[in-house]
Amino acid sequence: MNLALFKPEIALAATAVLVILLDLFIKQKAVMRYLSLAGLVVAGVFAVMLWGSNSPALFNNMLAADNFAVFFKLLFLGIAFLVILGSADYENKFAGFKSEYYALILLSTLGMMLMSSATDLISIFIALELTSVSLYVLVSLLKDKKSTEAALKYLLLGAIASAVLLYGMALVFGTTGQTQLTAIAQSVMGLGNISVSGNPAFYLGIVLMIAGFGFKIAAVPFQMWVPDVYEGAPTTITAYLSVGSKAAGFAAILRVFFSAFATPFTVSHDWGIIFAVLSVISMIVGNVAAIPQTNIKRMLGYSSIAQAGYLMVGLATFGLAMSSTMVAESGLLFFLASYALTNLGTFIAVIVISNKINSDNIADYAGMGKRSPLLALALTLCLVSLIGIPPAAGFMAKFYIFSLAVQHGLLWLVIIAAINSVISAYYYLRVVKVMWFNQPTAVGKVPSSITPKIALVICCLGVLLLGIIPGLVMKLAELATSIFTF
Amino acid sequence: MDFNYLSTILFLPAAGAIVIAMMKGKDEKLYKWLAVVFTAIPLALAIYLFVAFDRSTGAATMQFQENYLWIAPLNSYYHLGVDGLSLPLMLLTTFLGFLAVLISWKVHERPREFFAWLLLLETSIIGVFVSLDLLLFFIMWEIEVIPMYFLISIWGSGRKGYSATKYVIYTLFGSALMLAGILSLYFTTGSLSMMDIANGGLGMVQTAMPATAIFWLLFIGFAVKLPMFPLHTWLPDAHTDAPTAVSVMLAGVLIKMGGYGMIRLCVSMFPLQAQQYAQILIILALVGIIYGAAVTLVQKDIKRLIAYSSISHMGYVLLGIFALGEVSLTGAALQMFSHGVVTGLLFAMAGLVIHNVEVRDLSKLGGLGRQVPIIMAVFVIAGLASLGLPTTSGFAAEFLIFLGSYTSGVVAHLNVYTIVAIIGVVLTAGYILWMLQQAFHGPVKAKFNGVKDANNLEKVYMFVMVAVIMLVGIYPAILTDVFNAGITPIVKLIGG
Repeated sequence: MNLALFKPEIALAATAVLVILLDLFIKQKAVMRYLSLAGLVVAGVFAVMLWGSNSPALFNNMLAADNFAVFFKLLFLGIAFLVILGSADYENKFAGFKSEYYALILLSTLGMMLMSSATDLISIFIALELTSVSLYVLVSLLKDKKSTEAALKYLLLGAIASAVLLYGMALVFGTTGQTQLTAIAQSVMGLGNISVSGNPAFYLGIVLMIAGFGFKIAAVPFQMWVPDVYEGAPTTITAYLSVGSKAAGFAAILRVFFSAFATPFTVSHDWGIIFAVLSVISMIVGNVAAIPQTNIKRMLGYSSIAQAGYLMVGLATFGLAMSSTMVAESGLLFFLASYALTNLGTFIAVIVISNKINSDNIADYAGMGKRSPLLALALTLCLVSLIGIPPAAGFMAKFYIFSLAVQHGLLWLVIIAAINSVISAYYYLRVVKVMWFNQPTAVGKVPSSITPKIALVICCLGVLLLGIIPGLVMKLAELATSIFTF
Repeated sequence: MDFNYLSTILFLPAAGAIVIAMMKGKDEKLYKWLAVVFTAIPLALAIYLFVAFDRSTGAATMQFQENYLWIAPLNSYYHLGVDGLSLPLMLLTTFLGFLAVLISWKVHERPREFFAWLLLLETSIIGVFVSLDLLLFFIMWEIEVIPMYFLISIWGSGRKGYSATKYVIYTLFGSALMLAGILSLYFTTGSLSMMDIANGGLGMVQTAMPATAIFWLLFIGFAVKLPMFPLHTWLPDAHTDAPTAVSVMLAGVLIKMGGYGMIRLCVSMFPLQAQQYAQILIILALVGIIYGAAVTLVQKDIKRLIAYSSISHMGYVLLGIFALGEVSLTGAALQMFSHGVVTGLLFAMAGLVIHNVEVRDLSKLGGLGRQVPIIMAVFVIAGLASLGLPTTSGFAAEFLIFLGSYTSGVVAHLNVYTIVAIIGVVLTAGYILWMLQQAFHGPVKAKFNGVKDANNLEKVYMFVMVAVIMLVGIYPAILTDVFNAGITPIVKLIGG
C-alpha cells in the first residue's frame, strides 16, 4: 500500500477538488486556469521522479507503477497542459461553467493516468468510466444544439461500448477465472490447446473487448460517433478527445493484450489478424471519407480515424510476431507522442483561427497565409506532419512503426499504409492550398492571447525536434515497453 | 576530413532559406542578394571539391565522408560522401541552384517566400546526391515535395493548382513504394548504410525477402521521378506550369535524382535483378524515347515542347543504365549532367521568350531572330546541344550511351534496340529545328518590334551555360574521368 507511488494522481485529484471548491469564492476565472496548470506541473514532477520504479503489483495487484505507466502519465499530463494552455480565449464560450471545464479536464486526465497504471480488468474499467463520464460532460459544455446532440450521441454510444467491453471482460473472467492481467496470462497457458472452436467464450470475450476498446480509439467499424462528436464538441475538447482519449485507449489495449493475451502464439496470432484487418479498413475509410469534408473539425475527425489505423499496424505487428522474435512495441508509443504533439498543434491553430472568423468551414480559411503567416505556417507544419513528410515528426513515427512491422513480415500492411498516406496528402494539402493560395475574404490579423501562442510554439518545436532528433524519445519508448517480457 | 565540406554545402542553402524567411521589410534586392550569397558559396565549395577530388587509380571510392551516429534505435547514421558518380551531379545542383536565383531576378510577387522555398529545394536535392544512409536519403528525397508544391502553385502559370497537386500525389505515391522497399532492405540486412549493403552483395538480401520484390518497390519510386513511361504523365503539367527557375531546377536536377537512385540503389544493390529485368526496362526506355519524341513533335506551347523532350532524353539515360556496361553507364551519367545544363538553358530561354514576348504558342510566334538576336543565338545553341550535335555535351553523352548499349551483351538483340533508339535522335532533330524555325525564322512580325533582348545579367548566365556545354562537348574527359571513378566499382558489383 505504497501511496507515495501514486503522488501524481493524488496531486491531480487534489487540484481538481481545489478548483471546484475555489470556484465558489473566486470571481476571476483565469485563476482556475493557472491553478490547473500548476497542478499539472506538480503532478508531472512527481511522475518524472517515478521513472525507473518497477512495482508491478500494488493495491492487491490492481495497479502498477512502472516505466510504461510513467511514460503515459507524462504524455497525458502534457496533453492536458497544452489543451488548457490553448483554451485561453476559447473558455469565454463556457459562460458560467469555466471552473467545471478545468476540473473535468483534470478528472479526465486522472482517469487516463489510472488507465495506464491499471493491471486488472476491473480497475481498467473503472478508470475508463472515470475518463469517459468526464468527457461526456465536457463535450456538452457549449450548450448549443450541436454540442448537446454530440454529447448525447457520445454518451449513448459510449455507454453501449462500455457495456460491450464489460461483457467481454466478464466472458474472459468466466473462462479463466481471473481478472488480474498476469494471472489471466498464466491461466490461459494452463487452458491447454486453445482454439476458436474449443474455447468460443474466451475468443468471444476477446472480440468484445476489442469492440469496446475500438470505440475509444475510433477504429472502424466502431467509429460512427467520431465525426458528429468532433464537430459538435468545443474545439479544445475535440483536441483533447482526439489525442488524450485515443492514447488512453491504446495504453489500455497495450496493457491488456500484451500482458494477458500475449501467449500462446495461437491466441496472439488471432487477435493480431483482427487488428491488421481493422487497421486496413480504418485507414481506408478514414482517408476516403475525409476527402469530401468541408468542415475542418469533421475532416480532422476522419483523419484521426485513419491515424488510429496506422497505430493499429503496431498492434498487428506484435500479435503476428512469432514468440521467438517478439519485440516490445516501442513504435506505438513514439507514434502516440508524435501524434499528440502534431494533432494538438493542428487543433490549437484551428481554435485560434476559429475564434476570429467564427466558422469551422475550410473555405473560410482562405487567405490565412496573408493575414497571419506565422499561424498559417504552424498549421501547415502540423498538417505536413500528419501526412508524414520529413522533417516532421509524423514521418519518423511512421518510419519507426513501419520498420518494426516489416521486420515481422507485414510488408503488405506497410504498403497499404504507405499508399493511404499518399491519399491523405490530398485532403491535408487542400487546407494548405486554401490558406495560402485563395484570396482572403476579410482582412485583419488573427489575434490571440499569449498562452495559445506558447502552446502552438511548443507543439511546433516538438514536431520538428521529434522529426530531426528522435533518438531520445525512441529510447524512452523502448524503456517503457521493456516491462513486457517474454 | 578537416572541414565538413559536404555538410556546409548541404545546409548553407537551407540556412539561407531560414534567414531570408525571417527578414522583415519589403526590399526585394535584399532577398535576392542574400539568395545569391547563399547559393554562390556552395557553388564555390562544390567547384573546389570537384577539383580536389582524388582521381588517381588507387584512391578511395567515397571521398569527403562524414559519418556520425544519428538515431541509435534505428541504426541510422548521418553519413555523407561523394564518389565519381555523385560529385558531378552535386556540382550540377549547386550550379543550377545559383543560376536559378539569377534567372528569378525578375520575380516581383512575394519574393521572400519564393527564394526561401527555392533554397530549401536546393538543399533537398543536394542531400539526395550526397547521402549514404538510406533514411537520410529518403528524408532528403521527400523534403523537396513541399517546396515544389508551393513554388508551382503560387508562382506558376496555367493550371498551376492542378499541376502542383498532381506532382505531389504522383511523387508521394512513388516514394510510398520506395519507403516500403527501403524498410524491407533495412529489415533483411539490418543496416541502413548504402555502402555496406552494396558491398555486402546480394547474399545479404536474399535470405529473408524476395530480392525481386524489394528491387521493384525501390525501382517504381525512381521510375516515377525519372520519369519512365508509363509513369511520366506528371511531368508535362509540372514543367509547363512551373515558374521558369523551378522548371530549370525540376528538369535540370530533380529528375536526375531518379536516374541516380536507379544506379546507386537498384543496380548496385540488386545486380541480378537488374540483369533479369533489363530487357523489359530497355524496351520501356525505347518507348519513352520514341513516344516522347513523337509527342513532342505535335506540341504548340514552347515549354510543353521542352518538357516532353525531357521524357525522351531521360529515355536515353534509362537505356544507358540498363545496358549495364561500363561505357553505357558512364554515358548515362554524362547524359544526366549534360541534359541538366542543356534543358536548364532551354527552359531559361523559353522563360525569357515568354516573359519578354508574352506569347507561348509557337504558331503565333515567328521571325523573332531579327528582333532578339542574342536570345535566338543561345536558343539555337541549346537546341543543337539537345539534339546531339558534335562539339556539344549532348553529342558526347549520347554517343557514349549508344556505343555502350550497342556493345553490351546483357540483353539479346541489344544492337537492334540501340538502332531504334538512334532513330529518336532523328525525331529530336525534327522537333528542335521545327521549334527554332517556327519561333525565330520566317517573316518578321511587326507586333514583336518592341521586344527586349537579353539584358546584361541574362547574358552572363546564358554564356556561362553555353560555355559549360561547349567545354564538356569538346573535352568530355573532364567529366567522364570523374564519372568513371564512380562507375567502375559499380560495374565490378554487376560482375564485369
